[in-house]
Amino acid sequence: MSLEAEVGVFVAGVLNYFGTSVQQVAQCGTPHLALSERPEIGDYTGVIQVSGKRSGLVAFTAPKSMLSVMLMRMQETDMSHENLCDLVGEIANTLSGNARRDFGHQFQISVPAVLTGRGGQIEYPRNSRPIVVPIAWRNYNARLIVCLN
Amino acid sequence: MSAAPHRLLVVDDSNVIRRRIERATELPGIEFVGSARNGVEALELHAQLRPTLVTMDLTMPEMDGAECVAQLVARDPGILILVISALADKLTAIEALERGASGFLCKPFTDHQLNEALRKLIGPAGGDTP
Repeated sequence: MSLEAEVGVFVAGVLNYFGTSVQQVAQCGTPHLALSERPEIGDYTGVIQVSGKRSGLVAFTAPKSMLSVMLMRMQETDMSHENLCDLVGEIANTLSGNARRDFGHQFQISVPAVLTGRGGQIEYPRNSRPIVVPIAWRNYNARLIVCLN
Repeated sequence: MSAAPHRLLVVDDSNVIRRRIERATELPGIEFVGSARNGVEALELHAQLRPTLVTMDLTMPEMDGAECVAQLVARDPGILILVISALADKLTAIEALERGASGFLCKPFTDHQLNEALRKLIGPAGGDTP
């Protein structure tokens, strides 16, 4: 699979996630190589480690306000920090797990780890350059970060 | 006389998903009885609550869903288990079914898709527990 096709798998996953889970479509901007070694992250970030046939990570990062509105769209009334962490981890898990449809059974994924705060640091694989997929939903901006060897 | 409702246990490490499944399940013939965060908790609650219907995530800490499905079916061969997972490859679904799950629903899902998947499992009569 070409790099473009691989990134396309995740873009399709993002579109499907928003259309299904919160039933409001999101839009993905042009995926691009991260301008810096450590792309900027939002208030909450869910990180999935990938192992097996591929290695690296997949991360979904979003502002608190966006995640809160997503919970509301799911009829959730508990907007606690714990639930926001839970949601961002679940999104990262779903986007990574769905990618197995195209990457195959050997695309092994971890349970999610969650970073909070914009100062958090994702530990990227050495000598890798993350790909950033900008996501626009309502008037919020989030990012999917894919870094696979 | 109406049949006894299915007793639903929800197993997922995500609180948001557990609560969502609990809220969304609106079929007659299903009574929510409890939820668990992993396979170990699910086995403990199975002994206490005697569920007849389970929704089961696969990727969970402590004990994953595939192992838990096998252990639940070994204890109670009549139990109905709907695996609800983000792992979207065919092999994962086949493995879950081979371990004894009755159905597979891929995350993300709508409330309608969830209820349709549960309806398929319990059948049109709804409340006929095995």
